[in-house]
Amino acid sequence: MFSFCADPDTLGTFRWFSCYLTTGVHMSFYLSFLKVLLLLAITAPVALGFGFLGAMSARSHIPPVSWLGKIYIAIVRGVPDIAFFLFFVIALDQVFEWSRHQILCPEWTEPVRQGSDFIVCPIAKLPLGTSPEWVHETYGFFLAVITFAIVFGAFAANVLYGGMRAVPRAQLETAEAYGMTRRQTFWRILVPQMWVYALPGLSNLWMVLIKATPLLFLLGIEDIVYWARELGGTKTSRFTDYPHGDWRMWYFLFLLVFYLAFTRVSEVVLERLMTRLTHGQATSGGEAQRKAAA
Amino acid sequence: MSCLQTIQDYGLRSIGIGERLLPKGEFTLCEHFTLIGSGMIWNIYFGVLALITGFFFATALAVAKGSSRRLFRKPAEWFIFVFRGSPLFIQFFFAYFLFLQLKGVHPFFDPFTAAWLGALIVLFLNTAAYSAEIFYGALRSIPKGDIEAADAYGMSGWPRFRRIVWPTMLRLAWPAYTNEAIFLFHATTLVYFSGFPAWRQKGDALYYATYFADKTFNPFVPYPILAFYFILLTLVIVGVFGLINARLNRHLPAERRAKMRLRLRLIR
Repeated sequence: MFSFCADPDTLGTFRWFSCYLTTGVHMSFYLSFLKVLLLLAITAPVALGFGFLGAMSARSHIPPVSWLGKIYIAIVRGVPDIAFFLFFVIALDQVFEWSRHQILCPEWTEPVRQGSDFIVCPIAKLPLGTSPEWVHETYGFFLAVITFAIVFGAFAANVLYGGMRAVPRAQLETAEAYGMTRRQTFWRILVPQMWVYALPGLSNLWMVLIKATPLLFLLGIEDIVYWARELGGTKTSRFTDYPHGDWRMWYFLFLLVFYLAFTRVSEVVLERLMTRLTHGQATSGGEAQRKAAA
Repeated sequence: MSCLQTIQDYGLRSIGIGERLLPKGEFTLCEHFTLIGSGMIWNIYFGVLALITGFFFATALAVAKGSSRRLFRKPAEWFIFVFRGSPLFIQFFFAYFLFLQLKGVHPFFDPFTAAWLGALIVLFLNTAAYSAEIFYGALRSIPKGDIEAADAYGMSGWPRFRRIVWPTMLRLAWPAYTNEAIFLFHATTLVYFSGFPAWRQKGDALYYATYFADKTFNPFVPYPILAFYFILLTLVIVGVFGLINARLNRHLPAERRAKMRLRLRLIR
């Protein structure tokens, strides 16, 4: 990076570190932080969408639809989330490939599952064997995003379902008295009011989502955990200009601090948002604000 | 090979008793169930021990956080913040590499790099922090009248805490604490994916489920079995904690008892 980095062996401690921390692999390490942020930025709205659908179907008056919604919400409660992550990444991939296989190669007669192998015709492969490296990486990332969205969608559905039920019954009855249909009541009365009840749960969910991002590592993405393990490991002078001992502990300490700072900042921002949203609401929080001001 | 034989061979495989080699080739459903069930031993071991030890530490932390003395309050606040603010996954990794470094300093730290002790310590500290926050919340919502009544009876210090504050705190915190216990058991599945090695393939339930999924490339069998075991475990936890809840509330009239309304609040 810097001009004096040509011969690292002769450098002083400070200069050595300034060279060491700006090598190409370290740039990939810093880039993987962006990957985590990108995952959060995509997953949060998608999961919220999944959650909204889940909550809507759980509220449905048609029994099978409502069972579906309730099962979706309930099943994450009982099963560890990382089991879901490991499951969905393979399962989704196989479901995609299998459906492409059915559509693209109808004349293929051999079974897809042969013993311990999962074989689809070559043109049904995802991504295609011939596609460049970045397509593979993007596909992996895409699978990870869907997996996160499904799992956290169930959490969000639970929160939103609770929020919908917390809206005072009288509000809905008034809407009915005005002659609104069920759909009108839902969109005009229930949905605008439920957010303030759902927000504490949703902000908790955001924290949980942040803390779940290291699990990307388990999904085979080259994320911050992957790079911290790679970069921290003992390096001898045969392979690198910057030999050092086992520094993985320090790399993970850095990640720990990064997450602490991230959750702390989110906490402060969400607290402000909550204060603003409760302003003037007929909840105990809003009441406390009114009294404090008076 | 009959299923009974499989259970004999692999029922205690996760703690090193029975057949040395894991099954190969075509896996039967029985092998799936036996080996994953055998892995559950570790999940229960980590969960139960961390929960019991963490419970006492959490009580101490909650009291310290509620203390008016800065000397007690600040360390407790920081401890809770650090463990609740960072992912458990990263905590495991950090602890493992920390113990590795310490091992180089003194052989005393040898067992700490093994999962049975090292991961247990991390889980213990982690659950203590989460439970402490729950207990602290409960501590603050103890009815003022209860404390005043205790004062009126001339109780103070330890007897007041032991007989009035502590039971009420537990009663108020119990539904949330049940939730924490469920998620602690879920968190135990992270152990063998976070640096701690599964020595001689002695792993937990998820470790074996992943073993099967990797070998057969079929996730639709092992993971639902794992889910089955965990739903069973969750039901047992809810049952046991429900009994304790009933005991904690036994002096109250029926309509004032805290219902075990379980809500999904936190995971790590």
